[in-house]
Amino acid sequence: MLCDICGKNQATVHLTEIIDEQMNELHLCEECAQQKSAQMESQFGLGDLLAGLTDFGKTGKKEAEAIDVKCPNCGLTYADFRKIGRLGCSECYSAFKKYLAPLLKRIHGSSQHIGKSPVRTGKASKKKANIQELRDSLQKAVENEEFEEAARIRDQIKQLERKQASQSKDE
Amino acid sequence: MNLSDLLNHTSEWLKGTGPNSDIVISSRIRLARNLEKAAFSHWANKTQSEQTLDTITGAIAKVSHLDKSTIFKMADLDSIDKQFLVERHLMSLEHAQRTNHKAVVIDDEEVIAIMVNEEDHLRIQIIQSGFNLFEAWGIIGKIDDALAKELPIAFLPDWGYLTACPTNTGTGMRGSVMLHLPALVMTRQIDRVLTAISKLSFATRGLYGEGTQAAGNFFQISNQVSLGLSEEEIIENINGIIRQIIGQEIQAREVMLAKNKPVLEDRINRSLGILKTARIISSQETIELLSMVRLGCDLGIIRDINRAIINELFIITQPAHLQKLDNKKLTSAERDIKRAELIRQKLKI
Repeated sequence: MLCDICGKNQATVHLTEIIDEQMNELHLCEECAQQKSAQMESQFGLGDLLAGLTDFGKTGKKEAEAIDVKCPNCGLTYADFRKIGRLGCSECYSAFKKYLAPLLKRIHGSSQHIGKSPVRTGKASKKKANIQELRDSLQKAVENEEFEEAARIRDQIKQLERKQASQSKDE
Repeated sequence: MNLSDLLNHTSEWLKGTGPNSDIVISSRIRLARNLEKAAFSHWANKTQSEQTLDTITGAIAKVSHLDKSTIFKMADLDSIDKQFLVERHLMSLEHAQRTNHKAVVIDDEEVIAIMVNEEDHLRIQIIQSGFNLFEAWGIIGKIDDALAKELPIAFLPDWGYLTACPTNTGTGMRGSVMLHLPALVMTRQIDRVLTAISKLSFATRGLYGEGTQAAGNFFQISNQVSLGLSEEEIIENINGIIRQIIGQEIQAREVMLAKNKPVLEDRINRSLGILKTARIISSQETIELLSMVRLGCDLGIIRDINRAIINELFIITQPAHLQKLDNKKLTSAERDIKRAELIRQKLKI
């Protein structure tokens, strides 16, 4: 039997996939099987990776109590999220807020959005609120002598202010 | 628009025009957007997915920027059509796999592609030829705004756009640039370059996105971080990296020309020779040889072939394209014969 993917080499690996209740059999040669398994690892790796990120330091304790927290809108639990690496709906972000904040920070190096917002949202007022919050956290960072963090927040504030200034010019 | 119409049409991103188009094939921006409160695609049941699909396709029909677009429901497409769209970079491999309650929206020029119910409810993509991320950003911003007027988009002021996976939260934006880097590969500098890129939290992928291998010296470079930076900053950062890689590739090309010209000319001309004469050829070999010929065109070693033809060949020699052209299912062995025939025909001078 020849390999289903390359159609050239003898199939030596036999794989059964079940996707949406449909069973699919694949007969692969050594080489294609290796490629396929690399693909599968990259699909399945994400949940573990996120779980690893959330397990870090102080958040470890919070995590343990978080497992049973359930999103009131879609029913996804924090344990589900850790398993699949995906949230269930937009409301999960509020339901798991205190556990997600450190996770977002670890992934992106920040947990403060400064990009665009949907046109319907009252832009100006929201942005001003953001700047005030940033100033508060800047103050805190300086008090805690976290100077790298403080410098980063200072740059964010500057950028937001520049943006507002250029927007008000446009308007 | 009918899917088969695309066969007679060169995708905008393959035109081989735009800034730095000798090294940069295409620039792409995608935005991930979701509807407020609606279960994300992987967590939604059948009714919820159906509802999301209806709501979004209804809104798309109202957006004037998408007048010249067609909505294709995935359930209506056969497996060749789906693969055909993946080969043209109009949708992801993932979108082609589990197809219930999904759709893809494509404009006539193949600049705009919107996937509905992929990992996120909306994945809006703009793809342009050459090194052109800001232009893509300009176009996608207008579509994004128009859709936000019709749909309740999930957003929090602190965390930005809310996505199924927290790795996309914030701007929900990924910018990626596809590069052709044969000289960095041949001079064995590519690993060093790719390692440096990953340290700066950028990702490198192959020709067909996530989980694919780099083939034919093509590399897609994209941002990983989507929160804490504005869209413009993210684009600036990518542009900075890409400019450096372009500089290194140009330098490697110059060094090869100066030190090893006969070897380079030999390799390029042999590649062209095989493409012009082969009777059976695999898609992997085709991509590798075309990569050499493209380099030959860039360096003026090959003068009588237009780069646009080479770009077109990269796509039309892919399995689903060959089958669409022939209008029937072909086995892998039949495709290898058909592919060689098509290449000989296109390269006839």
